[in-house]
Amino acid sequence: MTTLHDVDDLPVRFTRRGRPDVRAVDGVSFSVSAGETVGLVGESGSGKSVTSLAIMGLLPKRGVTVGGRAEFAGRDLLRLPADALRDLRGRELSMVFQDPLSALNPVISIGLQVTEVLERHRGMSGREARAEAARLLEVVGIPDPTRRLREYPHQLSGGMRQRALIAMAVACQPRLLIADEPTTALDVTIQAQILELLRGLVQEQGTALVLITHDLGVVAGICDRVNVMYSGRIVEQADRRTLFVQPRHPYTTGLLASIPRLDSAADLPLEPIPGSPTDTVPWDTACAFAPRCTRRLDVCGTERPALADNGGVRLLRCHNPVPAAESLAVGAEGRR
Amino acid sequence: MLRFAVRRLLLLVPILFGLSLALFVWLRALPGGPAAALLGERNTAAAQAQIRSLYGLDQPVWVQYWKFLKRAVRLDFGTSISTHRTVTSEFFTRFPATIELTLAALIFAIGVGVPLGYFAARRHGTFLDNASVIGSLLGVTIPVFFLAFLFKYLLAGGVFSVLPDSGRLDPRLIATHPTNFYVLDGLLTREYDASWDALKHLILPGLALGTIPLAIIVRITRAAVLDVVHEDYVRTAEAKGLSVATVRRRHILRNALLPVSTTIGLQTGLLLSGAILTETVFAFPGVGKFVADAISARDYPVLQGFVLIIATVYVLVNLLVDLSYGLIDPRVRLR
Amino acid sequence: MTDSGPGAVLAGSAFGGAGLDPLGAGPEEAGGSISREAWRRLRGNRVAILGAVLVLLFVLVALLAPLLAPYDPKDPVLRSQITPGNYPGLSAQHWLGVDRQGRDELSRIIYGSRQSLLVGVVATSLGFAGGMLLGLLAGAFGGWIDSLVMRVVDVLLALPGLLLAITIAAVLGQSLTSIMLAIAVVQIPIFARLLRGSMLAQRESDYVLAARMVGVRRRKIMLGHVLPNSLSPVIVQATLSLATAIIDAAALSYLGLSGTDPDVPEWGRMLAEAQQDLVAAPRLAFIPCIAIVIAALGFTLLGESLREALDPKFRR
Repeated sequence: MTTLHDVDDLPVRFTRRGRPDVRAVDGVSFSVSAGETVGLVGESGSGKSVTSLAIMGLLPKRGVTVGGRAEFAGRDLLRLPADALRDLRGRELSMVFQDPLSALNPVISIGLQVTEVLERHRGMSGREARAEAARLLEVVGIPDPTRRLREYPHQLSGGMRQRALIAMAVACQPRLLIADEPTTALDVTIQAQILELLRGLVQEQGTALVLITHDLGVVAGICDRVNVMYSGRIVEQADRRTLFVQPRHPYTTGLLASIPRLDSAADLPLEPIPGSPTDTVPWDTACAFAPRCTRRLDVCGTERPALADNGGVRLLRCHNPVPAAESLAVGAEGRR
Repeated sequence: MLRFAVRRLLLLVPILFGLSLALFVWLRALPGGPAAALLGERNTAAAQAQIRSLYGLDQPVWVQYWKFLKRAVRLDFGTSISTHRTVTSEFFTRFPATIELTLAALIFAIGVGVPLGYFAARRHGTFLDNASVIGSLLGVTIPVFFLAFLFKYLLAGGVFSVLPDSGRLDPRLIATHPTNFYVLDGLLTREYDASWDALKHLILPGLALGTIPLAIIVRITRAAVLDVVHEDYVRTAEAKGLSVATVRRRHILRNALLPVSTTIGLQTGLLLSGAILTETVFAFPGVGKFVADAISARDYPVLQGFVLIIATVYVLVNLLVDLSYGLIDPRVRLR
Repeated sequence: MTDSGPGAVLAGSAFGGAGLDPLGAGPEEAGGSISREAWRRLRGNRVAILGAVLVLLFVLVALLAPLLAPYDPKDPVLRSQITPGNYPGLSAQHWLGVDRQGRDELSRIIYGSRQSLLVGVVATSLGFAGGMLLGLLAGAFGGWIDSLVMRVVDVLLALPGLLLAITIAAVLGQSLTSIMLAIAVVQIPIFARLLRGSMLAQRESDYVLAARMVGVRRRKIMLGHVLPNSLSPVIVQATLSLATAIIDAAALSYLGLSGTDPDVPEWGRMLAEAQQDLVAAPRLAFIPCIAIVIAALGFTLLGESLREALDPKFRR
């Protein structure tokens, strides 16, 4: 599998007049191949959404600095001129966003929002575009698609809106699809359907999918490989099985341990990760997770751990990873 | 949607009813009674008695009001004291002039205001943006007659003399006026120089009248665009790789102009009242100037009739704007 | 206006949350309308300071007119030097020159500010009082009282502002009082709607529901909690309305509605007189205009910056 998309040491800084810079993303590297689904997991504020927006070139121009490299099919997206990037977006690179209601233009019809992509990138118009739009809606599982074309976002249910957004995103069979929390705003039952839909599309079209989420259950469901992010950097990277069965980073184990399990005793206390995401220190000179880490060593406060290969099966950024035996106890089979 | 329209139309009735009642009572409450008002300086007891019987002012108030209403519905508002023609005919003779002026002002305000507001918002924080904010603040504070004076002085007299300073048409120009809309008339009768001249006469008063609405429109457009630009659906549109023009037109402006269109109704009110002052400064023979003249001439039938008609027009325009909002925003339409 | 007992309890963080201080007043200040933070924002705001300075200038000039004006505004000092179309302009003795009757323009402008201030303040106060009363009734009681008040407001709003003022003033006769009353009536529906809207929004908020649940009397709720929290937009509007009142007053006197004595200096009327001599002596028209703009601008700037300072959604 050739690497389709490679992100290398991508930092994103937000600057504001009179205030210190905010480093939303501190240097992220990961890659995705065709047909592969890669997960980007982290809490809110970990920088996962910002990473994807930076890749797509959707961050505001002013007050934002992006560094590093984001290679797509041999070209560095970060160095492309604006109109070249605009041509790629929607056609080869596509994104699905979190809240389907606010992500849709409320005053124009669903049909128009689909056909405009077809018009722009596939040169279709009029009846041809509408027919294709109806077909796309059907593919994503929206019943009675021809009628839906004329309807407006507020007339559709949450699940249908998200499907419509997915239809818009895959209309031109993109090679890379980024889904930013596609199921967070939806009911649990709909979540599963949407994930199935994404999985099906990916298999059919060989799309590379980057799935951004804070929900480990989602990750376990469809990701082939997983990147765990904390405070703007990746702290653990492994394939699904390895991550869930043998998590080595204290943050990852903490996440897994904090999820209540159906088969555990009812009176077992919950084990949240101590502290809060704001108890963090910059990555420059230390491990950002150190203030909350139960396995903290002195070196964790003085030296940033590097993302290093660990046993050939994962990348790990930690001075004192969880020992194998302990991690097996915590690890769980992914929820299906 | 239809129900919405009908409901709003029905609301019109009590409003106009209340307005006519208020006006009626108001005028009857004049010191000395309406008879004294009608007579003005020629007020003697005998004349008053005569007027009273002539106008049926000795009958009970509700009878008077009923008669007034009956005539109002037939658009009979009596006769002007100063010109001795019917109030209605005076109104409709002059209304086209005011409509032309108001349209000119509105076209100016929207045509310049929306793009300016849009670009100010897109270039947030730059010189253009700050200048627009300050400009629009000044615009709403400056009284319309100041602007009228300023333009008149600068471009029609004191400094440059490029544009006419009064009237609708050069008095030396002979032209026919089938519709009384001078610009249109010239086009209809192929007297193009008349059209052009009428247009020239509209420029200065139009600019003066339209500046305040311009300031308001810039303000609202800018604020609306600033809001909309941060909306998720604009980001989606960008993510789809749509062209800049498409994003701007279909996604940003379509939504940003919603709040702007709701103020058009308000602007009409500003334009109508501003017309009174502007027409006076430019001696523009429209409804506004006639109202100003009627004030000094104490021409109460004219005041009463004109005010009622203008109010009706204003309420109707607001109604139309409300209805059109339903057309533009499908969330309102399809409840 | 924070009373003790249930009022104080509710104002505390026990019931904190949505609706408690939508205007950023802070949990302890359920009775206050301008919080400390807003005040701080205001003080650093250059626009606000400029506005305040202009307002202060205007008010001081009006109050101290007899001390500031070099001549009697009604005294035609240079009558002898007047020829048609030729009025002595700026000079050392007459900083702004002289008008067509030979009266010192500077003194007339200074004294003219008194009229404008008077009319502006009185008209806005009356409009404010009337509007607040109506708005309070509508907002506090709801139901048919609300509908009735709103119908009245609709009728008043059926006429564009200036037109309404003209109608009223024309009918009341030409005097300063009629202008004041006319403008007041134009202001009433604005305040009424504003207060009513504000109160209605507040009524549905959580802290009011909580208060009723606890058993606080309706009147106490209205006056002690809802009203103070609804005041901020009203204060902003009052400032802006003052600006409008000054402009409208000038417009009405321009149209001749302020009374018949042409000697009394009044900015609007000075404008009307100056119209004939626009080419010969444009300053006679521009000077009163600029005076009006300065006075109105001061209040507008102040009002706008107040609005920004009090807006919880303050956006940079």
